[in-house]
Amino acid sequence: MNNMLTIDGNEAVANVAYRVSEVIAIYPITPSSGMGELSDEWAAQGKTNVWGCIPRVVELQSEGGAAGTVHGALQAGSLATTFTASQGLLLMIPNMYKIAGELTPTVFHVAARAVATHALSIFGDHSDVMATRGTGFALLASNSVQEAQDMAAIASAATLAGRLPVLHFFDGFRTSHEVAKIKAVGDEVLRKMLPQELVAAQRHRALSPEHPVLRGSSQNPDVFFQAHEAQNPWFDAFPGIVQQAMDQFGEATGRHYKLFDYVGAPDAERVIVMMGSGAETAQETVEHMNRQGEKVGLLMVRLYRPWAPEALLAALPATTRAISVLDRCKEPGADGEPLFKDVMVALAENAASDSPRFAVLPKVVAGRYGLASKEFNPAMVFAVFFGLTVAFPKRRFTVGINDDVTHLSLPYDPAFRTDAVRETFGAVFYGLGSDGTVSANKNSIKIIGDETELYAQGYFVYDSKKSGAMTVSHLRFGPQPIRSTYLTGEGDAKFVACHQPLFLETHDLLAHAAPGAVFLLNTPVPADQVWATLPAAMQRQMVAKRIRFYVIDAYQVALEADMGRRINTVMQTCFFAISGILPQDEAIAAIKHAVEKTYGRKGRRIAELNYRAIDKTLVCLHEVPVPAEFAATDIRVPERTAQQASEFVRKLTLPLIAGKGDSLPVSLFPVDGTFPTGTAKYEKRNLALQIPVLETDLCTQCGKCVFVCPHSAIRAKAYPAELGEAAPQSFKQMAIRSKDYPAGWKMSYQVAPEDCTGCTLCVEVCPIRDKSNASRKALNMAEQPPLRVQEAENWDFFLKLPDYDRTVAKRNTIPGSMLLQPMFEFSGACVGCGETPYIRLATQLFGDRMLVANATGCSSIYGGNLPTTPYTTDANGRGPAWSNSLFEDNAEFGLGMRLATDNLAEAARVQLRAMALEIGDAQVQALLNADQRTEAGIQEQRARVSQLQAKLSSIATPAADRLAAVAEYLIRRSVWIIGGDGWAYDIGFGGLDHVLSSGEDVNILVLDTEVYSNTGGQNSKATPRGAVAKFAAGGKPNRKKDLARIAMDYENVYVAQVAYGAKDVHTLKAFIEAESYPGVSIIIAYSPCIAHGVDLSNNHRQQDLAVKSGHWPLLRYDPRQRDLGKNPLSVDSAAPSIPFSDFARNEARFTVLERLRPDASVHFMTQAGKDARLRHQEYVELSEMLLPETAIDEKASEAADKKETPDA
Amino acid sequence: MPDLSTTYLGLPLKNPLVPSSSPLSHDLDAILHLEDAGAAAIVMHSLFEEDVRHDEQMIDRFLVHPETFGEAAGHLPFGHDYQSRLDSYLEQIQRLKSRLAIPVVASLNGSSLSGWVELGKEMQAAGADALELNAWYMPSDPKVSGEAIEDHHISLLQELKTAVTIPVGMKLSPFFSSLPHFVHQAETSGAAGISLFNRFFQPDIDLETLSIVDRVQLSSSADTLLAMRWIAILRGSTSISLAATGGVHTAEDALKMLLAGADVVHLASALLKRGPQALSEMLVGITRWLEEREYVSVAQLKGSLSQQNSPNPSAFARAAYLHALDSFTPPDGVRY
Repeated sequence: MNNMLTIDGNEAVANVAYRVSEVIAIYPITPSSGMGELSDEWAAQGKTNVWGCIPRVVELQSEGGAAGTVHGALQAGSLATTFTASQGLLLMIPNMYKIAGELTPTVFHVAARAVATHALSIFGDHSDVMATRGTGFALLASNSVQEAQDMAAIASAATLAGRLPVLHFFDGFRTSHEVAKIKAVGDEVLRKMLPQELVAAQRHRALSPEHPVLRGSSQNPDVFFQAHEAQNPWFDAFPGIVQQAMDQFGEATGRHYKLFDYVGAPDAERVIVMMGSGAETAQETVEHMNRQGEKVGLLMVRLYRPWAPEALLAALPATTRAISVLDRCKEPGADGEPLFKDVMVALAENAASDSPRFAVLPKVVAGRYGLASKEFNPAMVFAVFFGLTVAFPKRRFTVGINDDVTHLSLPYDPAFRTDAVRETFGAVFYGLGSDGTVSANKNSIKIIGDETELYAQGYFVYDSKKSGAMTVSHLRFGPQPIRSTYLTGEGDAKFVACHQPLFLETHDLLAHAAPGAVFLLNTPVPADQVWATLPAAMQRQMVAKRIRFYVIDAYQVALEADMGRRINTVMQTCFFAISGILPQDEAIAAIKHAVEKTYGRKGRRIAELNYRAIDKTLVCLHEVPVPAEFAATDIRVPERTAQQASEFVRKLTLPLIAGKGDSLPVSLFPVDGTFPTGTAKYEKRNLALQIPVLETDLCTQCGKCVFVCPHSAIRAKAYPAELGEAAPQSFKQMAIRSKDYPAGWKMSYQVAPEDCTGCTLCVEVCPIRDKSNASRKALNMAEQPPLRVQEAENWDFFLKLPDYDRTVAKRNTIPGSMLLQPMFEFSGACVGCGETPYIRLATQLFGDRMLVANATGCSSIYGGNLPTTPYTTDANGRGPAWSNSLFEDNAEFGLGMRLATDNLAEAARVQLRAMALEIGDAQVQALLNADQRTEAGIQEQRARVSQLQAKLSSIATPAADRLAAVAEYLIRRSVWIIGGDGWAYDIGFGGLDHVLSSGEDVNILVLDTEVYSNTGGQNSKATPRGAVAKFAAGGKPNRKKDLARIAMDYENVYVAQVAYGAKDVHTLKAFIEAESYPGVSIIIAYSPCIAHGVDLSNNHRQQDLAVKSGHWPLLRYDPRQRDLGKNPLSVDSAAPSIPFSDFARNEARFTVLERLRPDASVHFMTQAGKDARLRHQEYVELSEMLLPETAIDEKASEAADKKETPDA
Repeated sequence: MPDLSTTYLGLPLKNPLVPSSSPLSHDLDAILHLEDAGAAAIVMHSLFEEDVRHDEQMIDRFLVHPETFGEAAGHLPFGHDYQSRLDSYLEQIQRLKSRLAIPVVASLNGSSLSGWVELGKEMQAAGADALELNAWYMPSDPKVSGEAIEDHHISLLQELKTAVTIPVGMKLSPFFSSLPHFVHQAETSGAAGISLFNRFFQPDIDLETLSIVDRVQLSSSADTLLAMRWIAILRGSTSISLAATGGVHTAEDALKMLLAGADVVHLASALLKRGPQALSEMLVGITRWLEEREYVSVAQLKGSLSQQNSPNPSAFARAAYLHALDSFTPPDGVRY
């Protein structure tokens, strides 16, 4: 068993790619990031390739940069590789043409992923790979984790031998993230497959001043064509070379592959042709159907380019009468997808040849399946085969969805199962992204994979949220290799675990349970009382399926074992104790062994605690007898808000929230990716264990709690007293303290109890303490469950109160601005997120006239990942209009919005002037000359525009209609360009820089978390010196890029660097100034992030320390000051007053390095302290400088004075 | 040249100046400089059991079982050859032992019984010449008697003594009601020495935020008097070694401690303020003082002004409050 590994697809591939590479250029993109992360970590650990050298792993600013670096490394003679997916692969295409055109050996490993169209998707299909067909790269497919590893080796050997670069691909998530038990490829195999003479040939072709050549020339019409054709022999030979490499690999490992592998009945009549992970499921189904006597088969395409039709035809049984070609991509407007067409041409040409393979050309149909990881299971494979039996099969079809618009989809029987379901042990676990369920399950798979003969598979499904993300783990174990590349079906799991009682309310947890299955529930309710607390539907299922029911109070066990709130070990122990997959003693010994391996010397005592938790778990795990009778009452909480929802929301959004998206038919969907805003409020995720409770006797109505809330779950309203009279009894109202409001008005601060995440930041920031008891603040956390119903009623009442008049609110004060309605609420961002308060603030100040261009990243995921969006509207239906274009082009995308807005506004003005007679000169002048600098001015203009619209509709001439279509552009709009540091500092910097120089009136908000947060904490140029990050596993050696300084260099850009947790008023001021500045404004906002390795309940403290240590100086650079003869730069924070280490020592991103490279860590900390002091000093000097124009004037007058002196 | 040698925790030392538990022992270079300056032994900075635990939890939360999302399997790189706080402490012991000729005393601040015993064994295995138990317990629970607290400390000591063979000393807080009785118990339980007194972060109130903050304050010579009195009292009643710690900044401070009966004096704040030079200057100062007064050795001097040997034993025992007040005379010109 020694050469068995239990790893995921990314690791399987990286494990080979790393060992046969010398230069590895990386850039993060889901789902391929894991390959780069592992390579970087291995290099930091000093792991060598098969030739004894440590590969050089380097992160670039974009995938385009990575491909360019690989190209250069190859040209200079090394073996180089890269990893990517989706848009990343598209950015590599220009270099791929070059690399292939120069016949340069390399392998790009691609975790195939959907390319963004009507929406972005991180999930797997072949649309990215198919976009590279023209590059000249060979395309080699893997279908499983084992194959991904093996093909990585085969591709590396073939490319060296045949000189064609290879794009090796495997399905994103389904293969890249599936954990499976595979046979390893040893170093000796790799060394044998990449012999010295082939490596030497690569060196020999390299550019070298010792034997110089010219490559990359520019060619004219006379030669380009011929030179391109000159390469044909290499393409012709390559399939043979790949087959040789496969054969050599087979000899060395016993695992044999063919360019086209056929499985199934030798006399099959119906055959499916496909590639990728779906082929595994198809093979499982074919084998099942063969056992039933059906003559079906599967042809797996491994080498897709160069296309080898002879090999394809040879692999098909001569008995084939009907073929279904399945493509995992969509080419809109084409008469079929690429694989289908290639197969079709091969068959047709062969049929027309002298010696056709088939007496009668088989019937060929084409189907699409599995786009963006859409489920593809045996029932669908069966439906495809069945589709070939009918007299007139659908020539073009889809499978796996219900297309009720163009009726392309094949029906399938969801009850269909293969034998594999009986032969494997399926288990499903519901957990949270934060509770360690996934890592515990990965650990369980490893235990079973490593310690037994069983094969194991794990696949993990996440929802799109960051706070309270639900994870569903699908595990399978069995005596044979597992080909089931699909989720556990309904009624197929022999074990179901619910790690969070929260899901009892929201999910049908027993849908997956097989009859007689074990159900494990983590609940604080004692075993003898738990039955009555279960939803009636669940009770019914438990009785009907004869479920064996176990409960554990995992949080209590963890607490008693001194493990805090860590329940992963407890739940894992329960699984081993009651699933019966291993004998209990053996299983418990294996877990303890795994604990020892995980913590080893570095966590001896935490290992002890784990042992204690394991032993305690066995005592505290109880079986609950399932009674024959079940309680009749359903305890589900009524869905309050759903009743007010629009038809769209009820038909589409609510089922999506309930996890029923797969069953929705095509007709329900918008055809262009357009969705309504204001939908996050329907989720009511009810995550908080505790919520803030206001003490009206202490509250001074400062508004800070509203200001810091990352989820807009605490709000303020000021209203006339009489409106509060109808309030529920427990609704809290206070007399308004400030004289800024009409006398007798009331103020309320209200929490949305089911939207709050319990992050405690509002309580933490609350400055008011009881004079006699400092532990009692004006806001204190209290248990949520007893307050939930009451506060939900209060929240509903609060929402009905009118919003405070935007035109009179004192928006330049914290309490005043916090009366403005947030138009960004209840996002799925992390608990305590440091980014969202900035976005919420922008929507409060400008939301009703905001256009948002959002770069891909965390802010686009919590901003616009279905099922819902946190962007919402005010009572008039106005609010931010939001879109995400790409990761790399966001600044340009926003610039386009500005240009269009300005141009259409100008069009409106031109047409307005032309219609002055009809409309009336006074009104036209008022519209043209409106002062819209203030909120009141904008409101007045809105009124004028609606009068104009009314008038235009009565005029009703073509000219009036033209003007009516653009009249709304006369109202001032605020264009916001929002994104993270990965975008602003790295991949989007070229565009950002250009937009900075444009002078256009756009507002750029950089949410600087100092890493690529969304893809899992990779190093960006914003990462500070001395921090470790993924792709900087050895610690970032360089100083953080100073984006503010770069922006200031343009002189006409408004620049602010803010940290709201350090100085909220400064942030507010910066936002107002930036928006009012009639040119480019950029706000660089410090955003603590979970990737910093600090609990985000310390978010504000860390912001404060970042500022005090000088790591994050607060600045504003306002070019308007220059016109007033003042220096535009104002340094708004004091010189560093604490050592950098006082800030850094609280964050694991810094402290990890102490333990990894102690000397480097000390050096970096010292250097970072110097950086901070130096930078602050430089800013201060800049801010105290005489303005250049003043200085020049002074110098000129001095010179003039001197000149005059001799005459005098 | 007088003989400066002394013994501490059963270890023969070339002189009585021992740099104690302070951040300086993190830095090998600084310690080498201290040895060059004449330090007779090194007491390392304390390994806090709580700190080790905190570190383990941090690793567990952010590295071993990080929060995972669809696109992120954690947010920090995690290599398994990572060193824990405990490992780096043990490695530091080994490093010091391999580079220093003088004895190395490891210092341990444990909050649980198992923590002390287990960590103590590891420190011995790493090569420590002796252990100093930094016994710090805030007696804030009204249900726990002083006796129970003393018993707790003694049982910790006994447990540790069964697990390690190297000498064990105890560093005490000044809050024991009957210190000589406790020291006697410690002695019978196998303690090789006592250090008086430990110095910790003192909580302070921030008037701006109305919150409690930690403050570290370096000592001054004025702080020596508390330890000096207790050493003078204890010297007569115990034979185990006594270390004076807290406030020794000058040769004069050190001499007073030795006169009162200390076997060694611990130095921390003085070294933090002035570096290794402070130590060599103190050695010079002590030597000069001994020579000027024709003492032949430190041994001769040690305890010569302890309570037992003092010409006026009651001076150490009485409150002396009135006398102190009497000695205060207002300056001329002050209306009194």
